[in-house]
Amino acid sequence: MPEFEWQFTLVLLTNGVMIGLMYALIALGFVLIYKATDAINFAQGEFVMFAGFIAAGAADLAGAPFWVSALLSVAGMVLLGFGLERVVLRPLIGRPVIAVVMATIGLAAVLRGTATLAFGAGTRAIVMPIGDEPIELGAVMLPPVQLIGAFVSIAFLAGFSWFFLKSRIGIAMRAVADSQQVALAMGIDVRRYFALAWAMAGVVSALGGVIWGAMLGVDNQLALVGLKVFPVVILGGLDSILGAVVGGLVVGIVENLAAGYLDPYVGGGTKDFAPYVLMIAALMIRPEGIFGRRRIERV
Amino acid sequence: MLHRESGIFKTSYPADMALYPLPIAKWAVAAFAGLFIVIVPLTLGEYYVSILDLILIAIVGALGLNILVGYTGQISIGHGAFMSVGAYTAANLVVHLGAPFWVTIPAGGLMAALIGALVGIPSLRIKGIYLAIATLAAQLIIEWTINHVPAISGGVQASIQVPRPSLFGVQLKTQTQLYLFLMAFAVLAIVGTSNLVRSRIGRAFIAVRDQDIAAEIIGISTFRYKLWAFAISSFYAGVTGVLYTYYLGIANYEQFQITVSIDYLAMIIIGGLGSILGSILGAAFVTLLPIVTRWFLESFGGLIFSQADLANIIPNLRLILFGGLIIFFLVVEPEGLNRLWRNVRNYFRVWPFSY
Repeated sequence: MPEFEWQFTLVLLTNGVMIGLMYALIALGFVLIYKATDAINFAQGEFVMFAGFIAAGAADLAGAPFWVSALLSVAGMVLLGFGLERVVLRPLIGRPVIAVVMATIGLAAVLRGTATLAFGAGTRAIVMPIGDEPIELGAVMLPPVQLIGAFVSIAFLAGFSWFFLKSRIGIAMRAVADSQQVALAMGIDVRRYFALAWAMAGVVSALGGVIWGAMLGVDNQLALVGLKVFPVVILGGLDSILGAVVGGLVVGIVENLAAGYLDPYVGGGTKDFAPYVLMIAALMIRPEGIFGRRRIERV
Repeated sequence: MLHRESGIFKTSYPADMALYPLPIAKWAVAAFAGLFIVIVPLTLGEYYVSILDLILIAIVGALGLNILVGYTGQISIGHGAFMSVGAYTAANLVVHLGAPFWVTIPAGGLMAALIGALVGIPSLRIKGIYLAIATLAAQLIIEWTINHVPAISGGVQASIQVPRPSLFGVQLKTQTQLYLFLMAFAVLAIVGTSNLVRSRIGRAFIAVRDQDIAAEIIGISTFRYKLWAFAISSFYAGVTGVLYTYYLGIANYEQFQITVSIDYLAMIIIGGLGSILGSILGAAFVTLLPIVTRWFLESFGGLIFSQADLANIIPNLRLILFGGLIIFFLVVEPEGLNRLWRNVRNYFRVWPFSY
């Protein structure tokens, strides 16, 4: 056991919080879809990757400035969200869970293949118009990309919380999620809100793709961040935005602490492993998550 | 019509339950057996037989997964990992004890069944997507464990060399010999599954799938049968892992990653959930898809694309086709190839005098 150094722990904790907020942003895309349409999106990581590819591709191939490529990515993902909902997800409404799960897994394969086919297998960079110089905060060094990521996450998480709580569209979406039949009876166009949810998830994924792409570089490995979404949303609760934040923070902190303190003993890789152990525990103790709603099933 | 009656004319229970409804069915089975056991190994070259070997291995795994997903209605994205459990169990037995195949195959299956049942325990509390995510976690955790525990993985690059199995003192060297060996297990799996799903256990599985709360109320122990489903299904997966290890000559966790779990799920979705013929068709389809794609593009793709482009196109096109087909079958034909085959058969039932 290395000596307990508060500075080392502090660095790990700060990194965990920063990464956790960025996980929360990606998990938000997942939660939005689950909240509104009851569908599980196993392709969330591929959404993020695809968005990153659009942004990086626009900058690399057409020489677009950063803001234009980011906007292009958002627009592209919104279109993709609408299109997928119409072609893939809508015919599956009312079918067993496994059908939706498998459809999104298939979707993930298609997106990964298409992105690499269109943009090549090499790693592309997204260059943000900000410096690389880490910002010093006492003992902790923070890369500006992570700070921006954290800010964007907080802004979006707060924005969507307000949206679901107060805005007319958000309330309608909650109604749809609660009971599609009742929502239909109250004059809500359920299909429109399904499409809207996928488009909104597209926007969130686009931002996630640009930020994660700027941090890690864009190639098909970027889709692997999607694997972190599951521990985040299971811990926080599948249908809770606040849960996505808390889950993201917990996962970010746990994986950084695990990587810092356990890796020297077991030879690496705990970063990908620890969140899943945590998730199994959560599934055993409280499957609906910290902020999730418990469902009561009737015959 | 020759192969089917044009309606139902049975007047007794024995006739209704008969294995072969018409004499032609018996002849068809005999013809298929003759084709695949005698003619195919005698005529086809090594390369083609090696592809058939892969299909036979996949059939065992797909049948196992179909018992769990298609018949019991539980999801598993961890079957690749269960296969690796079987594979490493067998590899360690072979390397340390020199165990023959009739020990390693049941042992690999049982070990996988044990781990599978363990993973299945949460299925009492959680279902649907939660179970899917839990099995996904199991996949990642098992992968990590194998990779990081040298006692299991054999240390160097987590791979163990395994010699081909021997039968009556003769080592199975050629693909054709291996083909007959694997065929025995595929047939065993097919017969075993078709008997299982007609038994009390199989009926209970179907009841749990259709409505688990209702099943519990009519006296089926949901927990016990879910665990049984996980155990039996993982047993098949473990056997698949052992067979694949014998086929490759090496146990390596990279052969059993999450993409394998997804491949097998794709097999039963494309073939047809809850259908034995579907598992077989799906296994063949998904195994052949990348091979045919590659062959087609290597033969004809050169006319349009350069070789460098082709190297990029082939794996990606394979992914796109694979994902696209899963979506296509889910949206357009949820009952899979099995249903398509039934449609064809029903069409010919009264052919050429269909009204």
